[in-house]
Amino acid sequence: MALNRREMIWISSGTVVWTALGSIPSFASKASDLINELTSGAKLGEGLIDLIAPEIAENGNAVPLDVSAEGAEQIMLFGEGNPEPIIATYNFGPLSPSRGVSTRVRLAQTQDVIALAKMGDSSWQIARTTVKVTIGGCGG
Amino acid sequence: MSRSGKPRVKVPKSAVVGETITIKTLIKHKMESGQRRDGDGNIVPRSIINRFVADFNGQNIIDVKLEPSISTNPYFAFDAIVPEAGEFVFTWYDDDGSVYEKKKKIKVE
Repeated sequence: MALNRREMIWISSGTVVWTALGSIPSFASKASDLINELTSGAKLGEGLIDLIAPEIAENGNAVPLDVSAEGAEQIMLFGEGNPEPIIATYNFGPLSPSRGVSTRVRLAQTQDVIALAKMGDSSWQIARTTVKVTIGGCGG
Repeated sequence: MSRSGKPRVKVPKSAVVGETITIKTLIKHKMESGQRRDGDGNIVPRSIINRFVADFNGQNIIDVKLEPSISTNPYFAFDAIVPEAGEFVFTWYDDDGSVYEKKKKIKVE
């Protein structure tokens, strides 16, 4: 197939766009791969986790995250757009009534924060929320 | 940066038996993520608090595994049930092997 110059430009610009897009979902799949591995593909319920994060975080170095899930044994937090997606694992003991924690986390860029909870009956719950980050918190 | 490993904990002095109280904890720590580079382009090695545990009279409230995505001076706020008078023990584990501990007594009415 003979390509003229104009067609060639179209094709190469397309490749550039795809390469650029390709670098973003690679983080996202890292988080979902981790979640798949942890849950061994079990069904993920929704609606039992309260995940509270600011809509816009001016400083990605300290973003307040508040998560709770009544009846949860363990809650894990993930940042889809961080170089290492896992943020923290909370294990709750008998003296935790609300099964919840507030903390401050680093977010490298605008991204979805995911909470994955292992409930007392061994079922799984998931929740996600998007945080817009103005200044990334990866120290770069 | 001031000295690492200085914990601060806020616990009420007294509670009613069975009451749920809120605890706030903070420890001074740089939480070096291992992602940053210094002026010469070398990666600054990771150095973080990797675990935090809160217990009351030997019973667990929360046990946290921290990753480099936790902010400088890790802060946790959480609820706890107070079944009786006793002592809270908070423990932080540092990558460098240090262990920091803080205890707080509580009375019941």
